[in-house]
Amino acid sequence: MTNEEIKQAITTFLPSAAYDETGEFLSILVDGTELRPLMRELRSNLNFDCDYLFCLTCIDWKAHLTMVYHLLSKKHKHTIVVKAKLADVNNPQIETVSDIWRTAEFHEREVYDLFGVKFLNHPDMRRLLLDEEWEGYPLRKNYVDENMIEI
Amino acid sequence: MSLLGEDIVTEEGEFVINIGPQHPSTHGVLHLKVWLDGEIIKKVQPHLGYIHRSIEKMSESLSYRNFIYATSRMDYLSAHINNQACALCVEKGLQVEVPPRAQVIRILMAELTRLSSHQLWWGCTGLDLGAVTPFFYAFREREAILAVMEETCGARLTQNYSVPGGVMYDLHPNFQEHVKDVIKQVKSKFQEYDEILTGNVIFEQRTKGVGYISPEDAVSFGCSGPTARGSGISCDVRKWFPYDGYEKVQFKEIIREGGDCYSRYMVRMEEMKQSAYIIEQLIDNIPEGDFQAKTKMVLKLPKGEFYQRVETARGELGVYIVSDGAASPYRIKYRSPNFSNLSALDHMARGSKIGDLVAIMSTIDLVIPDVDR
Repeated sequence: MTNEEIKQAITTFLPSAAYDETGEFLSILVDGTELRPLMRELRSNLNFDCDYLFCLTCIDWKAHLTMVYHLLSKKHKHTIVVKAKLADVNNPQIETVSDIWRTAEFHEREVYDLFGVKFLNHPDMRRLLLDEEWEGYPLRKNYVDENMIEI
Repeated sequence: MSLLGEDIVTEEGEFVINIGPQHPSTHGVLHLKVWLDGEIIKKVQPHLGYIHRSIEKMSESLSYRNFIYATSRMDYLSAHINNQACALCVEKGLQVEVPPRAQVIRILMAELTRLSSHQLWWGCTGLDLGAVTPFFYAFREREAILAVMEETCGARLTQNYSVPGGVMYDLHPNFQEHVKDVIKQVKSKFQEYDEILTGNVIFEQRTKGVGYISPEDAVSFGCSGPTARGSGISCDVRKWFPYDGYEKVQFKEIIREGGDCYSRYMVRMEEMKQSAYIIEQLIDNIPEGDFQAKTKMVLKLPKGEFYQRVETARGELGVYIVSDGAASPYRIKYRSPNFSNLSALDHMARGSKIGDLVAIMSTIDLVIPDVDR
């Protein structure tokens, strides 16, 4: 599918989605609460058929957080990027996609570990890389480590 | 009570044991918690982070020239390919055109890296499954390749040879001759590898039908590289999204349908031959000209985001840079192949015997610093 076709198809069931084509891939911008129906559609609708979630991460924009999902369709060979905005920086929450793509299980734990985003309905929501007792979320921009030295 | 302060035997009568963090078969500091029913694996839970250095956080305070060096320490067996990925991503942002000579040098070094990495993996696989000799055989050829690396960029493992715009130095005058000798030596040994390990009855029995993963599951778990290609998935980034002129060289993407340890093993064995083939095509055709494009002293990427993927020896490495226009990245994410491949370990190992866990781990070809980053 071309970018225009993807945009048209998504607008039919999710009119509130916005689009960004300035980058290399087509980005779909949605709110965190709308993520799950969109992701389920991208996976199960054979016109999209995005079966390969190759990158899942988060960006801290200080005023809000953005979850970024890079999806590829092995059949149609198109890449779609989904960005979900999380407005509540103090208690960020979003639905998990780990039942749609199993790889998300580890990636979401990593994001929880380093950004503090809680994934609802995740089967095993624990820290992945750091200790269970670790305080704070290191990749957040407001994270302060007293042992860190400015060079 | 076990190491983690939990009961060794669960209520269902399953036995819980800890493998690692210090264990020869985990190839690094990986800690696996395994639930067993007799000898049968019920569940595997990897515990990560023993060598987590937060390279992503470090990179946020480094310049676009400097952050590349940290990535050599991720997947240290494909260090050059990691550097290449970062350099390509920065070049994409700066819209710098890399001279053809630099591109060919990068491919040559990348394929030499792949060869040496697969050789080490071959030796270790033998060692894991109880055959000690392959380890010494593999190191014999690997040593010759590392000598080329040392001569070219002064380092054997953490090369740091790729920089934004090309490569750091021009080739050593002996390079072509030296590489030709090495490739000749390496190619003459492929048959020996097959004779000593591939056709071995014990080896076949320990790998065939072990650690099966279906194509659908391999994609769902985000597997890439030989791990996915062993399940019949086409995923070679060099073919799908060619970079640095891979579209101009001829090679086959090796795919096996079996989905078991033996298929993954055979994919890597065939890949070594393809790497040698690529090097043979290019070694006499290195274009003349600059080895580095002219770039500014302080690099600043325009506002926006850039994604670059490459095929390392273990699979698809993605570098995702988010730039706010400053001299260092606002956010950087490494999508490492081992991280996703490791997440499939539990799925592959369930129902196998405890001894097969070692075979499964070694055919995923884990490098732990790449998982922990």
